Amino acid sequence: MTRIWLLIIGVLAIIVFATSLLVVIPNTMIGQVRVPKQLSPYSEQEARGRDVYVSEGCVYCHSQQVRDPVYTSDKERGWGPRATVPSDYVYDKPHQLGTMRTGPDLINIGVRQPSEQWHHTHLFNPRSLMPWSIMPAFPYLYTVRDSASITPGEVFYSVAGGKLPAGKVIVPTPDADALVAYLKSLRRTYPVPTGDEPAARSIGGRSEHTMP
Amino acid sequence: MSATLPARVIELASPITDMENLDIRLRADASSRQVAIRAFAFSVIWLLIGSVFGLVASFKMHMPDWLVSNAALTFGRVRSAHLNAMAYGWASSAMLGVSVWIIPRLVHTELRVPKAAEAGLYFWNIGMVLGIVGILAGYSDGLEWLEMPRYWADPFFVIGGGLVGLSLLSTIAMREVEHLYVSVWYVMAAFIWFPIIFVVGNWPTYTGVESAAVNWFYAHNALGLWLTPVCLGAAYYFIPKILGRPIYSYQLSLLGFWTLGFFYSLNGMHHLIGGPLPTWMITTSIVASGLMIIPVMAVGVNQHMTLNKRFGALRYSPTLRFIVFGSVAYTLVSLQGVFMAFREVNRLTHFTHVTIAHAHLGLYSFVTMIMFGSIYYILPRLLGREWISEKLISWHFWSVAVGQIVYLTPLTISGMFQGVAMGDPTSTWEQVITAMLPGLIGRSVGGTLLTIGHGVFAYHVFLMFRGAKARQGLPPFHEVAPIITRRDKATFGRGAAT
Repeated sequence: MTRIWLLIIGVLAIIVFATSLLVVIPNTMIGQVRVPKQLSPYSEQEARGRDVYVSEGCVYCHSQQVRDPVYTSDKERGWGPRATVPSDYVYDKPHQLGTMRTGPDLINIGVRQPSEQWHHTHLFNPRSLMPWSIMPAFPYLYTVRDSASITPGEVFYSVAGGKLPAGKVIVPTPDADALVAYLKSLRRTYPVPTGDEPAARSIGGRSEHTMP
Repeated sequence: MSATLPARVIELASPITDMENLDIRLRADASSRQVAIRAFAFSVIWLLIGSVFGLVASFKMHMPDWLVSNAALTFGRVRSAHLNAMAYGWASSAMLGVSVWIIPRLVHTELRVPKAAEAGLYFWNIGMVLGIVGILAGYSDGLEWLEMPRYWADPFFVIGGGLVGLSLLSTIAMREVEHLYVSVWYVMAAFIWFPIIFVVGNWPTYTGVESAAVNWFYAHNALGLWLTPVCLGAAYYFIPKILGRPIYSYQLSLLGFWTLGFFYSLNGMHHLIGGPLPTWMITTSIVASGLMIIPVMAVGVNQHMTLNKRFGALRYSPTLRFIVFGSVAYTLVSLQGVFMAFREVNRLTHFTHVTIAHAHLGLYSFVTMIMFGSIYYILPRLLGREWISEKLISWHFWSVAVGQIVYLTPLTISGMFQGVAMGDPTSTWEQVITAMLPGLIGRSVGGTLLTIGHGVFAYHVFLMFRGAKARQGLPPFHEVAPIITRRDKATFGRGAAT
């Protein structure tokens, strides 16, 4: 090759084509997804909890997507009653779909595990509930206190499994409360909103959701 | 003279020096010297930092109560600090150094506006420091490969990459050769592509699944349109250079280059197979991933056929050994990637540690090994002194070569068992963890070996910089003579050795 301009034009053409196809065109399509009636925006506390989820990097081990039951065992594992669809994520910025499942999927963790007690003791030390867990402990989201020092009205939790000395309890920091509020808000069990069925999203009527 | 020299340094010390164009090479090397030396110094520092983050993250996976009292050391932050320190700190800084060195040599002129290139390198590394501190302080943008804070750190990469690109394009525009060699295409394309994809990827407006689509559009292109082309460009330069024979086929180079750009740029959605995206997007990426077989085979055949019948040369040249290792790994990782994009395979490997092993086969066995090889060749020519110890080079090579096998093999196998266990709804999550655990431990062992290798390499580079007593009588500016293996000698003079 001897012509530098030909090289530059070709190189630019490649990236313009790819960006148009995978960024610009989807933007016009996905941008029009309707907001499901049953899905409300995150509250201030849930949004703060989502920020904690993002900054602690939960996404590196937990996905937030249920794939098609015909194609995967996600539904049978109890991760959700149906595959998730684009409108389930309208309030998610940045997305946390994830690409790794060292731990289970969390898109419906609020349904599976509504107990705050469970979430707090689990976050403080996952091995207090499941000795085989390899999830990191997050003790810095809690203050460890003498149970005698707890004043009336303060929320505290005791931790099972010998993860705390006798007479000690944990008190969640505001970040821990927010994170648990966010986890409890993860529920995508309502029926698929009209217009967002998998078949409606595929062009030409075929969908991977019909494939084995 | 050669009889008194150790065989391994024959690459740098051969008495049969190639005097042709020596003057041009000296001028080219002098012009890029300052920028390239600094780029390599920065890159080695990031290599060490990134190794420590990687090791800590790896050990944390099977020692989950280790280093948990501080938020900055939690797994999620250390892991992204590792990825960013390695991909943008180590690999990219090294690539900046290789690029500014290689382009003036290939276009037979001095590096133009070297001050811009040097400023670009500083911008890039300031961005790195801000980015890593931001991630550890909890200001991640939350998108894989795009974690570094969008407003504090990312502008430095656009400006830094842009400035180095400006210097390279000016150099190419002032070229004193007619023909642009294949390495020039790859390096130039990478520097045009990177700022564009980085801005598109970091654009702050996307939400929901669109955010996911753009995330993986960017992340896959960071590999395909940034790291891969520069490293392929380096391999295309060093393999024929050291062997002293031309590249196997010009036509294959052309085919490999254009199809790489066209198909690789559409690959990203295969990270979201089965996910809540419009099906046509995912299918587009699966098709493009399948078509990657074309550039991969074109490049593979071209580079491996250039080496054909000269494998003996690997014994003498450390550069060639690292580069050929990387080039073979490129073929392997790309073929693996083609298969992993198919739905039936992806169904097993998606969401498992097979993906992590695959990423390291690419970023380590391909990218990092090519960069090691390049630095082994370039640094003596910039510093004017030979590498101090063959032993250190040997320890480095074998430590990282064995380290990779120990890292990749158990992780890939356990990842598959993890996939099998996850696919079976009757298996508990405890069984899924049990399936992946041997791979996680194997990775820590392998990672430790890699880190030892990096320590040896960094020590050797440090000795070079400190100016430890150079090997006597070796003229590092002289060019590599074609390495003639025993097989070639047999046919030498009969016109068979070309």
